[in-house]
Formats: sequence, C-alpha cells, structure tokens
Amino acid sequence: MALSKKTKEAFLGPLNANNPVLVQILGICSALAVTVQLKPALVMGISVTIIVALSNVVIALIRKSIPMRIRIIVQLVVVAALVTIVSEVLKAFAYDVAMQLSVYIGLIITNCILMGRLEAFAMTNNVKDSLMDGLGNGLGYAMILVMVAFVRELLGSGKLLGFQVIPQWCYDHGYSNCGMMFMPAMALILVGCVIWAHRSINEENK
Amino acid sequence: MEKFYQLWKKFGKNFEQGGKLENLSSFYDAFDTFLFTPTTTSKRVGAQIHDGNDSKRTMILVVLALVPAMLFGMFNVGYQHLLATGQLAMGMTCPLFWKALGFGVLAVLPFILVTYIVGLGIEFIVAQMHHKEVEEGYLVTGFILPLILPINTPLWMVAIATAFAVIFAKEVFGGTGYNIFNVALIARAFLFFAYPTHMTGDNVFVRTAGTWGWDHVAAVDGFSGATPLGVLATSSDASLLPMRFMDAFNGLMPGCIGETCGWAILLGAILLLITGVASWKIMLSIFATAAATALLFNHFGPDTAIANYPWYMHLVTGGLMFGAVFMATDPVTSARTECGKWIYGALIGMMVIVIRVLNPGYPEGMMLAILLGNAFAPLIDWCVVRVNINKRMKRA
Repeated sequence: MALSKKTKEAFLGPLNANNPVLVQILGICSALAVTVQLKPALVMGISVTIIVALSNVVIALIRKSIPMRIRIIVQLVVVAALVTIVSEVLKAFAYDVAMQLSVYIGLIITNCILMGRLEAFAMTNNVKDSLMDGLGNGLGYAMILVMVAFVRELLGSGKLLGFQVIPQWCYDHGYSNCGMMFMPAMALILVGCVIWAHRSINEENK
Repeated sequence: MEKFYQLWKKFGKNFEQGGKLENLSSFYDAFDTFLFTPTTTSKRVGAQIHDGNDSKRTMILVVLALVPAMLFGMFNVGYQHLLATGQLAMGMTCPLFWKALGFGVLAVLPFILVTYIVGLGIEFIVAQMHHKEVEEGYLVTGFILPLILPINTPLWMVAIATAFAVIFAKEVFGGTGYNIFNVALIARAFLFFAYPTHMTGDNVFVRTAGTWGWDHVAAVDGFSGATPLGVLATSSDASLLPMRFMDAFNGLMPGCIGETCGWAILLGAILLLITGVASWKIMLSIFATAAATALLFNHFGPDTAIANYPWYMHLVTGGLMFGAVFMATDPVTSARTECGKWIYGALIGMMVIVIRVLNPGYPEGMMLAILLGNAFAPLIDWCVVRVNINKRMKRA
C-alpha cells in the first residue's frame, strides 16, 4: 500500500519539523511532570499516542455529522471516553505505573495536543490521514518525553527503567546523583536544550 | 589616585627597554592596562563628565576588593583544619600560622583554577562561535564563586556548576551584561539543589582530610564543623548563643570560604564605595532591613532558637555581609533607579531573615534572597520609572 504524499506528511511532519512539543510548545506541563523516570514517561507517551490516534479516527468518522456549535463538547466526550478506557487498562495491568502517573493520565483530556489535532486536523480530513496524523503527533510527543526522561533518570538516580546503570565504583570514587534532575525546573531546561538543538539543526538544513 | 598613578609610572620605568626588570615587562603591561587604560577623559568644557572607567576596570576593582576576603578565607580554611585535627591544642604559634595559611592556599587554589578554566573556556568557545571579542565579565564571577562554596565541595561539582551557570544563566541571555541573575549565585544554587548533602550540614565547611595528600590527620573526638546558623537551626534551646558578636565578626568560624570575616569584607566594601563601583544605598538598605526584620522576630516571632537570635548577630553570621557587599550590588542584576535600589535592598534584607527564621530547611537564606531580588529588580525599576512619569505628568 503506497501512502500518498499528504498521508506521509501527516505522519512525518509532527515527528520533526512540526513537532507538537518542540515547535508548537504544547503538552509541556505533563512533559515536566512525568519525566523523572523513563518508565512512566514511556507509558505516558504510548497512552497519549493511542488516545490521539483513536480520537482522531473517531472524530474523522463522524466529522460530517457533528453540529459546528457543539463540536468541542463532542470532541471532549470522545477523548474523555478513550482516556477513561486507557486509565482503567493501566490500573488493571500496570498498577504501580498508573499510581506514579496519578492524575496525569486523567489530565490527558486537557492536553492541548489532543484538542489541537482534533480541531485542526481530524475535523477536516479523512480517516486514514487523521490516523496517521494522530500517530505522528503522539509519537512526536512520546519521543521528547523519552529523551528528557532518559537524561533525568540517568543523571538523577543513575538508573534506566529502574536498572542501575552507573556502577557502584563511580559512587565509591566520589560521584553523586544530581538532585536537580528531580525538579521540574531542570526538566524545563532540558526541554529547552532539545528545542535549542532542534532549531539549530533545522536552521542548517534550510 | 593621581599620586598613585605617578608612582606607578615611576615604577614602570624599571620595565622599559634596558631597565632592570625588562623580562617582566608583560606583567607590568597587563596590570597597566587593567588598572589605568583607557586614559582618555573628556575635556573640561561644558557639562558632560566622562572618565575612562570601563567594565574592565570595574571588574578588576571588584576582584581587588575581594582579595582580603579571599586571603582571610584561605587562612581560615587552614585554621579550621588545624583546630579540627587538634593541632592547635597548644595555642597558635608562628610555624602553625604559616602552616594554616599554606594549607588554606593549597586547598582553595584548585577551586579558583577550576572556575576560571571551565568558565573562561566556555566564554572563549562562545565568543569564537559568535565571532565576538571575549568579554571580561567572567573575571569577577570566577573569583567570587570559590568564596561562596564550602571547602569540601568536590572539584568536579564546581566544574559542572560553573558550566551550568555560565551557559544557562549568562550565555543564553546574551552574555556579559545581559544576565538576569547573578551568575556565581546561580552556580551555587545549582550545587545547593543538585547536591544538597555537599552544600549544607556539619561536615562540609571544615576540611579535616588532607589537601593533595598533605597533613591527612583524623579529626579529634567530639569535633563538630557546624556553622553558627547550622547550630541554631537544629537546636531547640532558645537561649543558646553559639558565639559572641566580635568572634563572629572576626570570622574564625566554619563557613563558606570567603564569607566569615567581617573585617575583610568591610575592607572590600570600603574600596567598592570609594571607587563608586557598588551602591551604598543597596548595602545600607539590606543591613537596615535585615536588622529591623530580625528585631521584629526577636519580639514577636515564634519561640525558636533562630527567631530569638539577636539582630546584630544575624548581620555577622552566614553570608549576609558577603552577599550584601559583593553579590547584591552587582550592577548588572540589581535595580538601577536610585529609589529602586532602596526597595531592592529592602526586599533582600527582609527575605534573608524570613528564610532563615521561618524555613527550618534552609539555615542560610542570603543566596535565595538575592536571587529573588534579582528576579524582581526589573519590575522595581519599571514601577519606579512609571511612578516618576505619572508624578511629572500631574505637575505639567
């Protein structure tokens, strides 16, 4: 199945040139809150990807029958239903991670990326493109979360996905974990660094 | 100043071609440019006044003002070491004095080297990337940063903090003169939040282990390296006074390297005030408000040891003096309007006592108070200017 150019762009654009976190600066709040460790960040990224993709599909399916005046409410109902499902699934199969993410799973409903995609894309595009757009935006968001969480967990607690990666030898010779990594301020600075790198690379390509 | 300049020029004759110190002429030239260039001043015509005071000379004046605190800090590091290891049991002698000074110099010197190498390295790289000249702004930061650190801070942490502060507090804002926060304080704040166990507590302010493997002696039994404020923060006895006023003012007590001695800091303050580099309004405002706030807590505050700490002791312990003289007065990050300086100083003076007294987690509040003051300085200036404009509009 060859994808048309537009479909490809819908998927690849949000990964780099039109990344929701780096370029549109959306979803920063949760990016700061859940990235202390890699595992919750991964789960959060996957959850958001699934929810954006599915809600995009649902809204694209019914986009012609949604009355314009109440479209926001309809979109919210769809998103809320999906978020509730994901939240229940997480509680059933990954209870400890669900507890770590606490309110942030529920708060996906208010994540700007979701409403933004539904309004800007799913309301005016067909189902296939909307699915690709949702996947692209979700993965673009997850990518940044994983990058930030990787640095924060590695330097903050010397672990990756809960496994100790910095050997005890280093601690014996005076190395210390950086407590600053636990603070949201440092997450903001790290996101800033990623944006910095992203901009300078993209400017060179132009 | 004119007389000193004549003397200096006379001294400089030695370094000219054929003079007896010809080989050292580059040293003379370096100091000559630091201290006396540019030499151009405006003609005495009209109302304009323009002297040759550029940022380079301002910076070197601040560094000179810091020298007494640095020297005393070095001596104090050695003194505390000897005290902690029991070598002063017989009292101070001449050899022990030199041992203390030597130990301190060897212990503090690596800090200065690390801050300058890392900080200047980054400055050079950034200047190269932007094809600009290297700014002299780092001179003071690199000198002041070791003075506000505990002596036991590992050097790699100093390097990371310096790099963090220079990149994220200075270069991203546009380099020298554009930073919102005091760069040295940001480095200290980074260390404070990233490695809290290395920045506060009883074990960080006195080096009992040796320096470069020299004089590695175990501490005597019952030794505590707590600072006066550290003692107060953890004690429950409200009447406890760790030391008397003059002891604290003389500064032979545990603390960050350069912050302990009132005399040394006052010497620096006098130089800064005579040359007009620092604002006396900010200093006075900080001291006055801090004293007033402490007095308020003495009378109406909670019945804790730190709240009952006399107001005059607050002024000479911890980093209050050092911060008020050298860090809060940084012309880049402080308020610039004359009225704003009073408000800015008052905000810092009040906050430092409030943090010390009301937050048991932070025995010392000067760093956070100054950073808060830095954050509010532009707003203070804006308000002062607005008020002035409105006043004049009404008059018209």
